Amino acid sequence: MSAVDVARQDGIAGLSAAERMRNHRLTFIVWAVLLTMPYWMGAVGGYTELAIRVVIMALAAMSLNFLLGFTGVLSFGHAAYFGLGAYGVGMMIKYVYPSTLLGILVGVITGTLAAAVIGGLIRKLRGTYFAMVTIAFGQVFYFIAFRWNTVTGGDDGLTGWKRQPIDLGFVKLDLLASDTLFYYFVLVMFALAVGAMALILRSPFGRTLIAIRENERRARFLGIPVEQHIWLSFVISCFFVSLAGTLYALLSNFTDPRALRWDMSGNFVIMAVLGGMRSFWGPLIGAAIFVVLQDYVSSQTENWMSFIGVFFIVVVLFFPRGVMGLLNRRSAK
Amino acid sequence: MTQLLLFNLFNGLIVGAFYALMALGLSLILNLSGVINFAHGGFLALGAYIAYTLMPLCGFWGALLIAPFLTSILGLITERILIRPLYGRDPLYSLLLTFGLAYVLEDVARYIWGAQSLPFQVPASLTTPLSSQFFFLTGYRIFMVALVAAAVMGLFFILNRTRLGIRIRAGTSDLETVSSLGVNVRVLRNLNFGLGIYLAGLAGVLAAGMLGLQPTIGTSLIMPSFVAIIVGGLGSLPGTLLGGLLIGVASGVTTVFFPSATEAVMYVMMGLVLLVRPRGLLGEEGRIQ
Repeated sequence: MSAVDVARQDGIAGLSAAERMRNHRLTFIVWAVLLTMPYWMGAVGGYTELAIRVVIMALAAMSLNFLLGFTGVLSFGHAAYFGLGAYGVGMMIKYVYPSTLLGILVGVITGTLAAAVIGGLIRKLRGTYFAMVTIAFGQVFYFIAFRWNTVTGGDDGLTGWKRQPIDLGFVKLDLLASDTLFYYFVLVMFALAVGAMALILRSPFGRTLIAIRENERRARFLGIPVEQHIWLSFVISCFFVSLAGTLYALLSNFTDPRALRWDMSGNFVIMAVLGGMRSFWGPLIGAAIFVVLQDYVSSQTENWMSFIGVFFIVVVLFFPRGVMGLLNRRSAK
Repeated sequence: MTQLLLFNLFNGLIVGAFYALMALGLSLILNLSGVINFAHGGFLALGAYIAYTLMPLCGFWGALLIAPFLTSILGLITERILIRPLYGRDPLYSLLLTFGLAYVLEDVARYIWGAQSLPFQVPASLTTPLSSQFFFLTGYRIFMVALVAAAVMGLFFILNRTRLGIRIRAGTSDLETVSSLGVNVRVLRNLNFGLGIYLAGLAGVLAAGMLGLQPTIGTSLIMPSFVAIIVGGLGSLPGTLLGGLLIGVASGVTTVFFPSATEAVMYVMMGLVLLVRPRGLLGEEGRIQ
């Protein structure tokens, strides 16, 4: 793949008018689909909760891809921060103060702080070593949630709390009463997060991350403090993934240690790869396919694990560039 | 108290020996081929189940001898078909693939042998306590430690004294040169993978005798093996061995004083090592990149 192809796929410098047009069109389609989803999801055999799960998982996968696809750092432990967000919101509402927004805030802060500390320990590592350390660190929080029965509910999960109505002053949003309302609440959060990520990626900082991905040594020679950039990218990525985690817990009014186990991390990575790591919206497409497939297959067969396992293998062997990679290659011909 | 401490110390040593045996196999594959074999735990479980199936036919000793070999052959086939196409690509892909493979292997074990725990009989001659005061010193436990020690010595003998082993070590430091000297790198990687899986199979048979047999036996052992490699130092097999024993003993001792932190303590150790010495206790300089 030549440098021009890379640039073309990434949507960085040198976009032709036609390509820019295509990116705009894709963004438009994505938002049109997301905004109307609750209204046609039922007609195609889905349900609103499934739509919410798609949006939340898309946020998680896109957050991971901020690091994986745009900084070129292989993290295989993002479920830890996802789960910390989930436990943060649940414990805040259950034990401290029943407020949805405050809970989200606490969840996100918890996840981000943990990422800041762990990121500081691992920012010098690269490649497979980085991946291995992130996998291993992910397990710490799993064991804490699993063992600390009295507070986290252990293996049974954290129950006995609900998402709370949000009082905006002029209107009161009862998130619990209507799934559709909660969908749009999640979508607003998604829009804020994704918008922020797009802005960061467009900023000089974001461009520097892409430069590090393309050629770390050259970036270093240019005087870029690579470790600092990777640390910050890791923290930003985990900030957004813990936001996704809080929403995930709010969706089911429940969270359990599985939300922060290694298989969840693997799911995020496969979503990003399946959709296309080099595309901004790719992970969203991957998440949609994954979540819908998971919902369907696990209702059809008990051997969900074999199915998902074979699915991983097939994606890696035959679709390493993901859906967006396929589409881009086709239109480039 | 002393006895309790000794008991857990010894227990930790045994568990650590498992971690080390598994981590050594992982390390071999990682060092030569750059593949994080997430399915290592799946192969471990497979080795244990194959031994379980063989036992009625050829007894415990026969199973102990044959099962790791059969597992290793499965490993050779897997490497040839699934993993070989991924060399030279981003390590992300081999990690994802073996991740999926781990799912498949666990589900296959559950499908064939059932989800419930199976009894794994070890010979009566090995289960009797050797001393009434130190009841935990059963023959099987001593035997396990001895066997792990023998396996590790065997591995280091292969790596230092045989042609294959020397090539593996040479390939680990510079695969390109080894290839241009006329060594078939594909075969080398294949055999190396098989060697790693052999160790997983052996660990599986031994672990089944101690922990019982269930489809998730592999997944519970693989995470500590990662920690063992990181603590010991990437690229160093003696480091991996040391790392495995250390975290095993550490979690054994922690069980006495603070049982709920049994697992957490090894991750704390990992954090400390990364903080003070990012390349691991015996890791070579420059390998962390």
